[in-house]
Amino acid sequence: MENCIKKREGEKKRNETFHNRANLFFKDVNYMRNKNTNAQGGTAVVKRRYTKSLGQRMKDNWQLYALLAIPVLLTIVYKYIPMYGIQIAFRDFDPSLGFTQSKWVGLQWFERFFTSPNFGRMMKNTVLIALYSLLWSFPIPIILSLIINQVRFARFRRVVQTVLYAPHFISVMVICGMIKIFLSPTGGLLNLLLGTQIDFLTQSNAFRTIYIASGIWQDAGWGCIIYLATLANVDTSLYEAAKIDGASVFQRILHIDIPELLPMAVLNLIMAAGGLMNVGFEKVWLLQTDLNKATSDVIAVYVYQLGIEQGKYSYSTAVGLFNTVINILLLIIVNKVASKVSDVEFV
Amino acid sequence: MANKNSVKVKKGPGLSDKTSDAVLVAICTIVLLIVAYPLYYVLVASFSDPYAVYAGKTFLLPSGFTLDGYKAVFADPDIVSGFLNSVKYTVIGTIFSVVMLYITAYPLSDDKLPGRKWISLFFVVTMYFGGGMIPTYLVVKQTGLIGNMWSLFLPGGVAVGNMIIVRNYFKNSIPRSLIEASEIDGCSKLRSFINVIIPLSMPIMAVMAVFSMVAYWNDWFTAMIYLGGKGQPLPLVLRGILLKSAASQEQAAMVSGGFAELNKMTEMIKFCSMIVAALPMLIAYPYVQKYFEKGFMAGAVKG
Repeated sequence: MENCIKKREGEKKRNETFHNRANLFFKDVNYMRNKNTNAQGGTAVVKRRYTKSLGQRMKDNWQLYALLAIPVLLTIVYKYIPMYGIQIAFRDFDPSLGFTQSKWVGLQWFERFFTSPNFGRMMKNTVLIALYSLLWSFPIPIILSLIINQVRFARFRRVVQTVLYAPHFISVMVICGMIKIFLSPTGGLLNLLLGTQIDFLTQSNAFRTIYIASGIWQDAGWGCIIYLATLANVDTSLYEAAKIDGASVFQRILHIDIPELLPMAVLNLIMAAGGLMNVGFEKVWLLQTDLNKATSDVIAVYVYQLGIEQGKYSYSTAVGLFNTVINILLLIIVNKVASKVSDVEFV
Repeated sequence: MANKNSVKVKKGPGLSDKTSDAVLVAICTIVLLIVAYPLYYVLVASFSDPYAVYAGKTFLLPSGFTLDGYKAVFADPDIVSGFLNSVKYTVIGTIFSVVMLYITAYPLSDDKLPGRKWISLFFVVTMYFGGGMIPTYLVVKQTGLIGNMWSLFLPGGVAVGNMIIVRNYFKNSIPRSLIEASEIDGCSKLRSFINVIIPLSMPIMAVMAVFSMVAYWNDWFTAMIYLGGKGQPLPLVLRGILLKSAASQEQAAMVSGGFAELNKMTEMIKFCSMIVAALPMLIAYPYVQKYFEKGFMAGAVKG
């Protein structure tokens, strides 16, 4: 009986926290959508409206607007003007004519990209790297945090956390240097252990494994933070009740921790799926060799090579835009699914 | 907060609990070793004779202990200037980012600011949509920042994700009544910002400062495309070192030990410069680690 009530309370709490956490990342958008979200602030604003005019209130807050001036200006110049500049994807950009005056060429660059010999390969590589990364790097932090959370020795847990966070703070450049050293055919650690002399970085079938494994090594620990913080908020009485009922650690994880983590995990999965095509440029570019291009050739690297190395501004922008459009489509689909599943719209 | 989980009610755990403790600790230890060993290996290798390392003689302790690698690293003018450049960019960039976070997040945390929602949306949009690499590059070029240090800071000046966390922290963890009280006492918005908000927001700002410190210290891509080869930060210098595989004939002729000695030096410098590039941040983050979870949750969940 008591357990039953506890369970119900637990569920209620879980639902509440779910909505709180759903608000977490998308609060702004939720504000726009649902003005009641912030009941306190809302009523306060309504009250003020009767006493002071809008102009007066703006005048009262001039110092705040002044503070915002610089960030707003920077955002206009370096975020919104480039967005406006995307139109060069449909033009033959000439630096002397600028974004709006260059000759309009329609979809010429897109056609060229779709018919280029490497298009299929790049699409495939980009999608596969992203998909496999997601499949591997999504569950591992969850499993890790479930395990770490159940360790009862606080000091040991702390050490584990500190060490697991460490690789996140290392530059991709150093990570790639380490990869090269560990995988070196002459005396690299992996070859020493295997007793072989394979140059893994020239093997195109090893590239995805290298990319994903090093990514997990670097960021799986860091990915635990949000889950560990969520688990830290679990009502301890739930554990106590479970113990009285004789639940083992495994059962506690299964029946208390996993349900607690689920909303956060779903949210993270949705976010990750929405950014599926954003394969990190840096690591791919640093690890790419002529010999592993069959699997390491991705859109982001192509955008860089075309634009910065070859100065084909319009073509490069078109390829980048294509990538962005796919991402936006994914985001919309995922958002639709999410709103069906959980009645919370994320974007 | 972390201690809440360790269930202390039980006295004398049963056998199954003891075994599960052992299993959990064992798994954690294995994970710990997988993460820590590669870093440790590079550290040990940086003090070793590279030939011994590549012959597979170095696993736990340095073989043929030497500091020559580090001597060479700190004598190399490229590495030293790269290091100093990185320090400069990191210090200026971190200060700049933290200031930007404050002056964006504080006004937007004020519920009574007219237009606050629209201004928030104005920033949030840039999280999801952007101009992409080339249009941004062209704007940076147009504003005359190519080759200028400020090209590293200005285009990414407002970190919107972090800004939202900080804004929510201001809203949820700093009592509104404190600000209202200071306003009744005659403080202007700016005064209460300086006297109330700034002193009370140290935990979250420590985290944000470390985040941007790490980002600037580790950044090389922005520097590569915007700086045009001038004032290279350490990671870019490191890239040049890592690309060096074997020394050329002419270089070898200039070193007394000849070919072998030079190759040895190149390899040692690889290990040592990687340590020099990674170590500062690895020393810095544990100091603010306890704030990570707190800061995230306070900034994330509405209280």
